[in-house]
Amino acid sequence: MTRKTLVRKLLTGNGAAAWGARLAQVDYVPAFPITPQTEIIETIAQWIDSAEVATRMVTLESEHSMITAAGAAAATGVRVFTATSSQGLLYAMEMIYTVAGWRAPFVMVNVSRGLSAPITLEPDHNDILAARDSGFLQIHCATCQEVLDQTLIAYRLAEHHQVRLPVIVNLDGFYLSFTREPVHIPEPQAAAQFVGEYNAENIRFRASAPASQAVAVIGGGPYSYFRYETHLAALHALSTYASIAEDFKNSFGRDYSVLETYRSEDADYAFVMMGCFATKAKEAVDRLREAGVSIGLVRPRVLRPFPDEQFRQALNGKQAVAVIDQNLSMGKGGVLHSELASVLYGAANAPPVLASFIGGLGGRDISTEEFFEIAKTLQNAVKAKQTPPPKLLYSETELREMRKLQAIAHVERQELRSPS
Amino acid sequence: MSEHIIKRMKDLPSSHLLGTGTPMCSGCGGLEALHQIYDILGENTVFTNAAGCMTLLSVYPFTPFRGSWLYTAMASAPAGAQGIRDALDILLEKQRLKPEDDLQVVTLTGDGSAYGMGLSATSGAIDRNLDFLYICYDNEGYGNTGQQYSEATPHAARTSTSKGSHGFPGYKKDLFAIWAANKPAYVATVAGAEPLDLAKKIETAKQIRGPRLIIALAPCPTGWNYDPQYSADIGKLAVSTGVWPLKEYIDGKITHTKIPHPRKPVQEYLKTQGRFKHMFEPQVDKALIGEIQARVDRYWAEVTES
Repeated sequence: MTRKTLVRKLLTGNGAAAWGARLAQVDYVPAFPITPQTEIIETIAQWIDSAEVATRMVTLESEHSMITAAGAAAATGVRVFTATSSQGLLYAMEMIYTVAGWRAPFVMVNVSRGLSAPITLEPDHNDILAARDSGFLQIHCATCQEVLDQTLIAYRLAEHHQVRLPVIVNLDGFYLSFTREPVHIPEPQAAAQFVGEYNAENIRFRASAPASQAVAVIGGGPYSYFRYETHLAALHALSTYASIAEDFKNSFGRDYSVLETYRSEDADYAFVMMGCFATKAKEAVDRLREAGVSIGLVRPRVLRPFPDEQFRQALNGKQAVAVIDQNLSMGKGGVLHSELASVLYGAANAPPVLASFIGGLGGRDISTEEFFEIAKTLQNAVKAKQTPPPKLLYSETELREMRKLQAIAHVERQELRSPS
Repeated sequence: MSEHIIKRMKDLPSSHLLGTGTPMCSGCGGLEALHQIYDILGENTVFTNAAGCMTLLSVYPFTPFRGSWLYTAMASAPAGAQGIRDALDILLEKQRLKPEDDLQVVTLTGDGSAYGMGLSATSGAIDRNLDFLYICYDNEGYGNTGQQYSEATPHAARTSTSKGSHGFPGYKKDLFAIWAANKPAYVATVAGAEPLDLAKKIETAKQIRGPRLIIALAPCPTGWNYDPQYSADIGKLAVSTGVWPLKEYIDGKITHTKIPHPRKPVQEYLKTQGRFKHMFEPQVDKALIGEIQARVDRYWAEVTES
């Protein structure tokens, strides 16, 4: 057992998120159920019923109201936790931007799920990336252990007096939310000591200290000032995160540096991925290494603020990099690919080839063979000295199956039309 | 402020708490009502506000409020009240807030939010028995954007989006009935032009816990198209013609607090406002005025029968 561990237990990603909230001793949980997040609020509700936690939970009538209540409560000076997913995050989007502007610090877990239409339950990252520019900081997890630990780190980060922004801890639906993994649950006192007490300072409402929060501004001058101040706070959160993660490592022995690098230091090639599908890439890296390909993985844990310098260093001197985006910006392509290109362009020793792959949409698996195929594409691109066009990971078998469904749909429609 | 019971005009607070010099239009009936309401509620309040005219009351770095304020969004001001109330209760319970630092939570929105976009959040707050006071200033249209028709716009009123010869074809939604149907702690209609009735109701609401909802008629010179000096007169006419019934719901019972008798004909109210001018010029639309009168008559017939 690691130091300061209460117990090692099999937990789902959702269970780990609930434990994170519990260990952070949250005061208030405004909630709204949505698959695949619901287990988080059910777990917390059970603990409240059995008086295991001193937390108040209220189910709002929508995610829009849920985030409003979360922000308002945080702005009144209590520690707030909430969780959502996919359509819920989008329904709340007006308030996601708004409460970040309030500088109301709280933590929200998002369980990633593909967006409608077509409506689906399975994961990809288009939901969380829709919140990319909101002012919420984003931490992306790859394991159940990380979900719990990052929730604790997220409170420290959100409440830090030079940051004061809400933080999203992201985990992938199904693959992480419903997968049981062994998780070290930190000892409550050690966790409480690590997170510390929430000091609301001047962000609160009191009869003896009236305050106007979130008031209107007139003109671009004050607006720009407040918006840029929020941006600076978000940028500042990168070094703050690093020092909190260092503290976490010293307390609990687990390392959560801004980027996770796996066998990438000495590699010629690299995969770049977010979320738990990156664990599939790790497996592929091992196999590719056995096959003599010098490749590694780089995974950003922190996506907002974007770790510019860390990426430049991690990819410095690589011959070719494949960004595998589990998202699709319609009419553009992979979001992480574009972001990475923006930090690598013009950098000394930047990889000459930055290839884009779209995969894992709506929970579609990425096979080891496909990672081999991507590695092959990188090698060919280096030889040809040319970046290949973006590719969608989609097999002929899948297309054949899709054609079958279309044929059935066609027949069904014909039958409806023709009187029997 | 006033802990005493308000019975007569001379019992009304003589000092005014809400600051002057706000960007509201001159003759704003909503502001007139808010002034009176705030005098009774006092400064130990926190307002959650939805997008509307009164969002402009607090523009950085100024505010006319002596207490606190949080602007939320058009749809979710009651959810903001929920978050603040819950947080204050948690802080009190955990002894992280002195009892004297507690605040009365007030939601302030226009009719666009109250009758439409924010109704879901309001309904949720009532379901959860939220201890808050909701004030809707009802100027019967999306006033802040130039008076387009809203779900509170009365039949035949001309608005920026109903400029045709017959005005708005729809009918004003009965928000009082919707709220009362949810059995909250208190619902009342008020008008700034009836200060004593308003003061008594706010005084009553202040003493009760739970969801309390106030709809304040807000005569609107810019939106209703009349000279600002007539706001109070128009408010009085709305009551004396029976167009704006003053009533309250408490303990499951609706009481009309001022039954106009004799009731003036509705045209005395309608003819004061440019939005109804098409009923009188170029010729008097007797059928339309008669239809509006009949609806008001029917309402009061039911009131006096019950």
